[in-house]
Amino acid sequence: MIEGATGRWEIVIGLEVHAQVVSEAKLFSGASTAFGAEPNAQVSFVDAAMPGMLPVINETCVEQAVRTGLGLNAEINRHSVFDRKNYFYPDLPPNYQISQYKQPVVGEGMVTVDLEDGSVCEVGIERLHLEQDAGKSLHDQHPDATYVDLNRAGVALMEIVSKPDLRNADQAGAYIRKLRAILRYLGTCDGNMEQGSLRCDVNVSVRKPGESLGTRCEIKNVNSVRFVQQAIDYEARRQVDILEEGGEIEQETRLFDAERGVTRSMRSKEEAHDYRYFPDPDLLPLVLSEDYIEAIRADLPELPDQKKTRFVESLGLSEYDAGVLVTEKEVADFFERVADGRDAKTASNWVTGDLFGRLNDAGQGIAESPVSPENLGGLIDLMADGTLSGRLAKEVFDEMFTSGRPASAIVEERDLKQVSDTGEIESLVDTVISDNADKVEEYKAGKDKLFGFFVGQVMKASQGKANPKVVNDILREKLG
Amino acid sequence: MSLDKATVSRIARLARIRVADEDLERLGNELSNILGWVEQLNEVNTDDVPPLTSVVEMQIPQRRDAVTDGAYRDKVLGNAPESEEGFFVVPKVVE
Repeated sequence: MIEGATGRWEIVIGLEVHAQVVSEAKLFSGASTAFGAEPNAQVSFVDAAMPGMLPVINETCVEQAVRTGLGLNAEINRHSVFDRKNYFYPDLPPNYQISQYKQPVVGEGMVTVDLEDGSVCEVGIERLHLEQDAGKSLHDQHPDATYVDLNRAGVALMEIVSKPDLRNADQAGAYIRKLRAILRYLGTCDGNMEQGSLRCDVNVSVRKPGESLGTRCEIKNVNSVRFVQQAIDYEARRQVDILEEGGEIEQETRLFDAERGVTRSMRSKEEAHDYRYFPDPDLLPLVLSEDYIEAIRADLPELPDQKKTRFVESLGLSEYDAGVLVTEKEVADFFERVADGRDAKTASNWVTGDLFGRLNDAGQGIAESPVSPENLGGLIDLMADGTLSGRLAKEVFDEMFTSGRPASAIVEERDLKQVSDTGEIESLVDTVISDNADKVEEYKAGKDKLFGFFVGQVMKASQGKANPKVVNDILREKLG
Repeated sequence: MSLDKATVSRIARLARIRVADEDLERLGNELSNILGWVEQLNEVNTDDVPPLTSVVEMQIPQRRDAVTDGAYRDKVLGNAPESEEGFFVVPKVVE
């Protein structure tokens, strides 16, 4: 909802996410999909649209699309058709993109999106279809020429279209993050937005609550969650301002200018909107059998929602902690290795607390963590068996993060072992009591607060190594 | 169905074919004839006939996911009017 001069307006958002399929070769040719190669080094004659070349579909790309559809709880269409979408652009050599129009491989589905405040919302999936990516045009290499690299031309994309179920920028951001997590769990898209493996077109319209849908504008190729959110906020405000001044929204394609944080009209695309789709005569319909689909379903990995439920129900984690841990598959895997055979809540606290804190400070991801899950588990074991107090454990953790060494080696080397031996602690307590006779008097006279002072003195005398629980017990006994 | 000059001109532009003004009317008539011929098919009732996508009874052939092609940049660029540093070079496309 945004406030306007004439009252509140509802924002209606639908997203089209283009997700590059994880595969070795392209959708219809045997050229490599690896990122970062020399320009035009991964182009076959099919991709370059040389005369007489014919597309042959990559079975893995089909399987990835079906797997994604199942992961999105979506209908898998047993019969789908490839169409030609016609337009002219230098990075599209055949002058048409092979896509799916009226009969996509995946139909309606549903994604459960977790919002910041802990609530969830359901976002409908309209469809998912397979299509080819285009090449890359570089406009800034030469004053009056465009450079074209076709390495990306023909790489398989899944276009995932949401229903217009999103109502604000936060929901849109949360939806993209959830979708990205699902794709990464499934292994069907690496979700790397910087490298362009996941790109987003945003449809925005506004209306007064309860009215029918307003005219929408499509903002093309927004390439980070933050930009998607900025683009939505800017575009919704722009539309409200126009409507409140008595104007009309023109349905059009717009670009997001990340530097200025605004959207602007992209007039060049207007005429190209007549795509003249027709079924590609080079490709037979894609027919999928029940057995084929069920085999892929049986092979699906545990997805974020299922993992979260398991963490809560079987491991006893809070909804919040479980939600944080399952956001990234790598984090969930790391946590499970730490928690293996140990108290799950303690493992979760270490991973989401101290480890995340240090990783954030260092600007590192879980994959770069200097502390391995086994070593973090080792540290927890040393706390559990009483070798380390909580305070010492934090000290050891800091050193583990810096050096990458296991906790036991650090404890050994620095002689940090917690002292739980009652005899040893008793003699420390005795010394403290005899050195502070005046304070003992005061304590006995009723100044209870001094108890903490005695604990502190004993801990200090032990160089922090005394087991605090044992110290407390002995002090209480001796001070009466 | 009859196509006017503006429509013919638009079709030509979408296909990036230059058509001189004096040819528009003649082409309009030819295209209208073709459309009229195709429209006769509408007279046939096809309510219960599934679309025929191929005259051969076969499944779409599929390829294993393996890199078997590419890595011949010089050949790919061979017919390009202009190339530089491995890129195709084309007249500036303004966004």
